[in-house]
Amino acid sequence: MRLKCTVNGEAQEVDGVWEGESLLYVLRERMALPGSKNACEQGECGSCSVYLNGNLVCSCLVAAGQAEGADITTVEGLAREDGLHPIQRAFVEAGAVQCGFCTPGFVVATHDLLRRNADPSEMEIREALAGNLCRCTGYTKIVDAVRLAAERLELERRQA
Amino acid sequence: MTVEQAAELTLTPVRSGVGVSVPRPDGTLKVSGRYAYSSDLWAADMLWGATLRSPHPSARIRSIDVGSARAMQGVHAVLTHNDVPGRRTYGVERPDQPVLAWDVVRYQGEPVALVAADHPETARRAVAAIVVDYEPLEPLCDGDAAIARGARKLRENDNEVHRVRIRHGDVESAAGLADVVVSGEYEIGMQDQAFLGPESGLAVPAGDGGLDLYVATQWLHVDRDQVAASLALPHDLIRMTNAGVGGAFGGREDLSVQIHAGLLALATQRAVKMVYSREESFFGHVHRHPAKLRYEHGATREGDLLYVRASIVLDGGAYASTSAQVCVAAASFACGPYVVPSAAVDCVAVYTNNPPCGAMRGFGAVQVCFAYESQMDRLAAALDLDPVALRRRNAMAEGSVTPTGQVVRQPAPVNELLERLRARPLPLAPPTGGRDPRELPGGVSNTTHGEGIRRGVGYAVGWKNIGFSGGLDDYSTARVRVSAAAGEPLVEVHTAACEVGQGGITVQAQIARTVIGIEHVVVLAADTGVGNAGSSSASRQTWLTGGAVEAACRAVGEELLGRAADRHGLDPRDLRLRDGGVASADGSVVATLAELLDEPAEATREYRPRRTTPLDENGQGDVTMAFAFSAHRAVVDVDVELGLVRLVEVATATDVGKALNPQSVEGQIEGATAQGVGLAVMEEIQTVGSRIRNPSFTDYLIPTILDAPAMPSEILELPQPDAPFGINGVGESGIVSSGPAVMAALRMATGRALERMPVRPHELAGATAAGGASA
Repeated sequence: MRLKCTVNGEAQEVDGVWEGESLLYVLRERMALPGSKNACEQGECGSCSVYLNGNLVCSCLVAAGQAEGADITTVEGLAREDGLHPIQRAFVEAGAVQCGFCTPGFVVATHDLLRRNADPSEMEIREALAGNLCRCTGYTKIVDAVRLAAERLELERRQA
Repeated sequence: MTVEQAAELTLTPVRSGVGVSVPRPDGTLKVSGRYAYSSDLWAADMLWGATLRSPHPSARIRSIDVGSARAMQGVHAVLTHNDVPGRRTYGVERPDQPVLAWDVVRYQGEPVALVAADHPETARRAVAAIVVDYEPLEPLCDGDAAIARGARKLRENDNEVHRVRIRHGDVESAAGLADVVVSGEYEIGMQDQAFLGPESGLAVPAGDGGLDLYVATQWLHVDRDQVAASLALPHDLIRMTNAGVGGAFGGREDLSVQIHAGLLALATQRAVKMVYSREESFFGHVHRHPAKLRYEHGATREGDLLYVRASIVLDGGAYASTSAQVCVAAASFACGPYVVPSAAVDCVAVYTNNPPCGAMRGFGAVQVCFAYESQMDRLAAALDLDPVALRRRNAMAEGSVTPTGQVVRQPAPVNELLERLRARPLPLAPPTGGRDPRELPGGVSNTTHGEGIRRGVGYAVGWKNIGFSGGLDDYSTARVRVSAAAGEPLVEVHTAACEVGQGGITVQAQIARTVIGIEHVVVLAADTGVGNAGSSSASRQTWLTGGAVEAACRAVGEELLGRAADRHGLDPRDLRLRDGGVASADGSVVATLAELLDEPAEATREYRPRRTTPLDENGQGDVTMAFAFSAHRAVVDVDVELGLVRLVEVATATDVGKALNPQSVEGQIEGATAQGVGLAVMEEIQTVGSRIRNPSFTDYLIPTILDAPAMPSEILELPQPDAPFGINGVGESGIVSSGPAVMAALRMATGRALERMPVRPHELAGATAAGGASA
């Protein structure tokens, strides 16, 4: 089948999609956007998190056909023209990245959290990110990164 | 060697040298989704590989019919054991595992056939179309049963992979002197590494008849040797590059897709990509050995340990993997970091039809720590002593002798680690009324408002080896090249050390900057174009590859001083690298680096730490290169009505020698601690009749961010003799005692004996909390 959608602001059109493919597969294997990761492919780990029409979803659980006409943002679409998004910078600086396989999912999920709640408590951070698994860090530095990102974004808003 | 000594070559201060929390060089790529993991690789016109695996844990293969699979449209190859041109078996220590099964299958999930097709779904359907006629056999499901009299023999001789027998001191006499004797039987379930990046890779056939392999691995050179043997190709025709690794933790020491993707690529003369699903990953790598451990400790009335008897059975599953080395480690560390005058340890790793087990972070030291620390608590209770006081009374120190007769010639701050943890204030018990459910066992499931909650506090201390043990020739290699790039000096570091997330590439660059005094350092991709680095395991890579990088940098620096000396008629011993040039003793600049680098300077060096020896027939020998010591204090809240647990805090104290990158050191300790507590409260591959019941992240649980406790860490830096910069390995020590500390805390909260890890809710529910405190 043919799939048309918008990904990271760009119109995409791909042919020959098998109906059983997931949005994750199409992003990774047909649109050259492998940033969303394939760790469990059953919605348990959050590594494939993307925005689908503004909603945070596991792209492994979205059938490709469900994305027809949709507006999708992946981790590749979060960086700004002048460099990394403040959330991405915070993950690097706080030491929240080790192997990094979970990181794209955490970055997108953190983005979703901080647009809903600009100043989350530690418990709110942990609850919001409970759908994302990390096996390397023990999560301490991920919590640090989310706090750092929230501070940076708050500073940006004040300066704007 | 200290930082000051190492830096004597250069007088140039660097911003991002050793001792600084330099950010990872691959961090930007990883946060933006542009880092190329092994599952992200792509080649024009590539095919997808898939594996047919045995549904039976034990069966004879009567026949394999690939006809209908081969006839399917889009299928380019279907291969069986008949298509393996070279050695039909492989193995990281001994080649006993079939590349593709013939005659028999020995575990559920054993590879039987391979497919290459133009779409992964086509490959899956072709796999399903292969017809294998099996004659199922009764599987051997239990380690104890495997060595019982009359057990069915899974191998020609017997079912033992390896046995270690340690006899130290005089246990019989000591037993006669003991005032108090405690014994226990402990059991540990099978833990999975559960790295997030699935096994995957890309094999590309080359014009010279060879193969370029891009895979996620822990040890390129040993992979290459096994691939070359099975493909019947000379080593130099197999070029391996470590693709981006999504975590390892020991699970990538054994091969997964390497030979299979290579076979398919050579058969089709097309690039072939293989990516395991999560379910396949549970069958596609080895796990931590389940263990049964029977212990007896004898002590004086005052609490001095007199002897330990230990009998340990490690279930190695269907193939050898690294079971022999795990067995050596478990036996060597079986008595804990204590002064034990007499010890009798018998440790055996056995073959069964369970999933193969091998390396996982902690490597034998984890299983025994649970047993000896449970015993120490039991002994403290029998003696009516404080558990920490009992441990401190018997703590090993520098100069102590281990049960293998090895003198510990390095800092062994067991006492100090415990003291540090004891001195930490305990987290406050929150008020009982109106508590946030997220701070309670059960969390947002809202199963309690604070009633029925008991708090427990537990301590544990552990030890393990750094580097390969038992006389193996352990070494690493580094090539360092300094050149002028656009007029500026550039250092390139090339090793085969696999970056698996631990930050090896970060510290290699830090070492190079500090030694040569040049800020601009690039670490090249790890591949087989440079000498063997050994495995990214055994907490060894920063020490060994770091040592090789340091030596190569020193050689290159001396080459540059020599060039300046030759060209200016000076004695190189009077010269130092300084601020982009070479300076004489009075500080005057003799030459700039740019003029000295008209030709790049390059050196390759191997680094070998002190040799170890094998164990003799009594299990005696200097088997361990170096020791790591670590302790934990766990604070838990238990809902004794439902058996639910909340980990409040798990504090760590660790000696790291020298923290080359403090943030990375903390990351290793926190991550390892979290994996250890996962083993205590939730993680287990459950098998019934040797079949895995829970091969998914829905059913095999690892800690989420809501499960993970606060993990404050106390980091001691007691310089390790003979190590580069005085470092000690830090990759594993955090996992050894974190689970046992949690188990001790759960015992205090519930009053239950809890002899099995992981603990299950029904073992906690209904406890009267005899020893616990109301939280």
